[in-house]
Amino acid sequence: MAKPASSLSRSAGALGNWIDQRIPVSSFWKAHISEYYAPKNFNFFYFFGSLALLMLVNQIVTGIFLTMHYKPDAEMAFSSVEYIMRDVEWGWLIRYMHSTGASFFFVVVYLHMFRALMYGSYKSPRELVWILGVLIYLVLMAEAFMGYVLPWGQMSYWGAQVIISLFGAIPVVGDALVEWIRGDFFVSDATLNRFFALHVIALPLALLGLVVLHLAALHEVGSNNPDGIEVKKNKDAQGRPLDGIPFHPYYTVKDIFGVGVFLTLFAFVIFYAPEFGGLFLEPDNFNPADPLVTPEHIVPVWYFTPYYAILRAVPDKLAGVILMGLAIMVLFIVPWLDRSRVKSIRYKGWGSRILLAVFTVTFIRLGMLGMSEGTYIQTLESRFWTFAYFAFFILLPFITKYEKTRPEPERVTK
Amino acid sequence: MMRIFLTISMLWLAMPAWAAGGDNEYIEQSGANVENLASLQRGAATFANYCNSCHSAQYMRYQRLAQDLELTEAQVEEFLIFGDRELTDYMKAAMPGESKDWFGVVPPDLTLTARSRGGDWIYSFLKSFYMTEEGWNNTVLENASMPHVLWELQGIQRPILETWTDDSGEEHTRIAQFELDQPGKLNAREYERTIRDLTAFMIYLAEPAVLKRESLGIWVILFLVVFTFLAYLLYKDYWQDVRK
Amino acid sequence: MSDKQSLASIEPSANTGRRMLLLAGTGVVGVVGAGFVAWPFLASWNPSARARVVGAPVEVFIGAMEPGQLLKVVWRGQTIGILRRTPQMLEALDELKDELRDPQSTTPTQQPEYAANLHRSIRPEYLVVNLHCTHLGCVPEFIPEVGAQPFELNWKGGFYCPCHKSKFDLAGRVYTGVPAPTNLIIPPYRFTDDERVLIGMEPEGVV
Repeated sequence: MAKPASSLSRSAGALGNWIDQRIPVSSFWKAHISEYYAPKNFNFFYFFGSLALLMLVNQIVTGIFLTMHYKPDAEMAFSSVEYIMRDVEWGWLIRYMHSTGASFFFVVVYLHMFRALMYGSYKSPRELVWILGVLIYLVLMAEAFMGYVLPWGQMSYWGAQVIISLFGAIPVVGDALVEWIRGDFFVSDATLNRFFALHVIALPLALLGLVVLHLAALHEVGSNNPDGIEVKKNKDAQGRPLDGIPFHPYYTVKDIFGVGVFLTLFAFVIFYAPEFGGLFLEPDNFNPADPLVTPEHIVPVWYFTPYYAILRAVPDKLAGVILMGLAIMVLFIVPWLDRSRVKSIRYKGWGSRILLAVFTVTFIRLGMLGMSEGTYIQTLESRFWTFAYFAFFILLPFITKYEKTRPEPERVTK
Repeated sequence: MMRIFLTISMLWLAMPAWAAGGDNEYIEQSGANVENLASLQRGAATFANYCNSCHSAQYMRYQRLAQDLELTEAQVEEFLIFGDRELTDYMKAAMPGESKDWFGVVPPDLTLTARSRGGDWIYSFLKSFYMTEEGWNNTVLENASMPHVLWELQGIQRPILETWTDDSGEEHTRIAQFELDQPGKLNAREYERTIRDLTAFMIYLAEPAVLKRESLGIWVILFLVVFTFLAYLLYKDYWQDVRK
Repeated sequence: MSDKQSLASIEPSANTGRRMLLLAGTGVVGVVGAGFVAWPFLASWNPSARARVVGAPVEVFIGAMEPGQLLKVVWRGQTIGILRRTPQMLEALDELKDELRDPQSTTPTQQPEYAANLHRSIRPEYLVVNLHCTHLGCVPEFIPEVGAQPFELNWKGGFYCPCHKSKFDLAGRVYTGVPAPTNLIIPPYRFTDDERVLIGMEPEGVV
């Protein structure tokens, strides 16, 4: 900055000052981007935070444009989707970006959560980062479920029927609650209309708010890393973490590369496998909703199937619903279930490693079983894995407390 | 790191193959190719002549057919439109009222059948009609109310039964294969080609964007590969600053 | 800049030419890509295939029209007037020149080339005109009577817009001294036979 500045950049600087005295743009930029020091040893799994943000933007932008052509009316919803697919210029692309985007969002979010489990990113002082994350996950599930109802195909309709009926398991108020949610005596136009409002306005607003809080909490405590040690412990004379590097430009360029790889995969699915073998767009959802014909085989979209398998594994309506709810709610207390002295799986013992590996297999296997027809054998197997799912959370405090851990390094390793 | 990434993406890309297992033993692969324009055109003619009088394709306009299948509007009017319908009309059934009287149900709309049932299902269904004392039946969709409208082309098939014993020792009979009782206008290979073309057309009908989607996709992916490569070089360049 | 003792993680190299080149390259490709992505979203606002079908040409039977009669039809949501002009009306067109802004219909956007003539039509007798005022889109009243009017003492017959007082003659040409800037628009049309006009379709041979 020793060189004489041109008059243009001088006036740009003056404008910048003028703005900065009124709204803290450059200090915000510094605090959260250019002088936010992130650990330098982020690996592959650290791409998924920014990718989740990218998918959120994708869903919002494509969603806004779909809303311009979609009709939230039981008589017109199905054909308005076909209208988007056929008559609106590029409507098919925008719709596939949204439908594929939903599934990719969950892929990214699951990998992001897996990362947190691996490196102990939920442990003190990041409990609130984790809790806000689980809240995002919950809202995202509601958002995805209501979005899936909108095309008003057979799976939309009967999916809504089944999921709303879950609330009927609640003693005393259950039936009244179900009626209140539907706004009618069956899943109908009223249901579709309110789900539309929630899907396009209420839940996205909640989601955005939670994402801001999630990031605010993260930037307050700083990012964790694969070694699970606090980079803030070792600072230089200026107070910058010795193992930290400014987020911008180092992680922005790295994330842009990650975005490139991700978008290539995303484009491949959009252009060559938008139905993804019936996982992203289910075949039966190309039949218009018909309250008189129940599909033989009702399954939710893949990202809900682990919980659906738990629901079906239990031979009691209320207990099934409670167990399914518990399966999600238990995530909130993970920060206090992990009693280990170290954060990262790298320095935890074999017990923790095996536990996490088994849990991963459990989650995937439950997901597969949730998609299956639910034969007797499959139900038995679902029970086994449901047991395994909860065993993870029950064993977590004991194993992490008593297993032998390795010493954490002073500084981050490569 | 790259290895983990590759493993995950491979596993994940292999998922649809695993998810899309059909459960009817009579379903076979259609081999329909939606990018073969001549095949689509022949399929469109078959659809107009044999299906469209009873079944609607209510989301499809004749005009769109003309554009996508590279037919002139005059050709579409001559070969594909029956009755007093306009080029800009949807492909509604020519006589929906009569067909309800004949079959007891309104024949379902066929616009999206290839997406709800799949191309292989359509192909196998059209191949699997057979005649018994009670009339037409079909191994792919048992007791369908639809008669075999293509029987003049395929001829009339009769089932050959076989018995088999399940694990618990119970005996069952099933249709092992068909024999041609009365030949049709086409031989077996010609008939298979006809219904393969029809299947290709119905895949297009279910998603007209498929033509543009598949031709455009490769360019989008190539563009992204170039971008990703540049971004990779940029990333590596910046990260030279980072002390290991 | 950085204290050697502290061994900070970053040792910024100068912005080398290679780095600048890569930044520019990635930036340009990224911006082009963003443009490609933006395009489908912008294009989705164009009239859809359904809107185009609804906006297809409209055929109007004109065989039973009386001389001096105005027939209104709707094409693409616009009120289109078909006026069968009497010989007197046609004669009057020539007399107005000085009071009109564009008597020779020289503004190319306001009519197809085949209607850029004195009577602003294919056949002099029939005027086919988009009746929406070129000021702000109201539909002017058709006042064929010659003589004093509240808004014009020496009225030769024409269209008068109640919204902002614009005046047009019986060929849809705008008067001077009114807010409307240009003549009324002549839509593309053709005669399919002596008794039928097809609005929205250029005459045969016109691209």
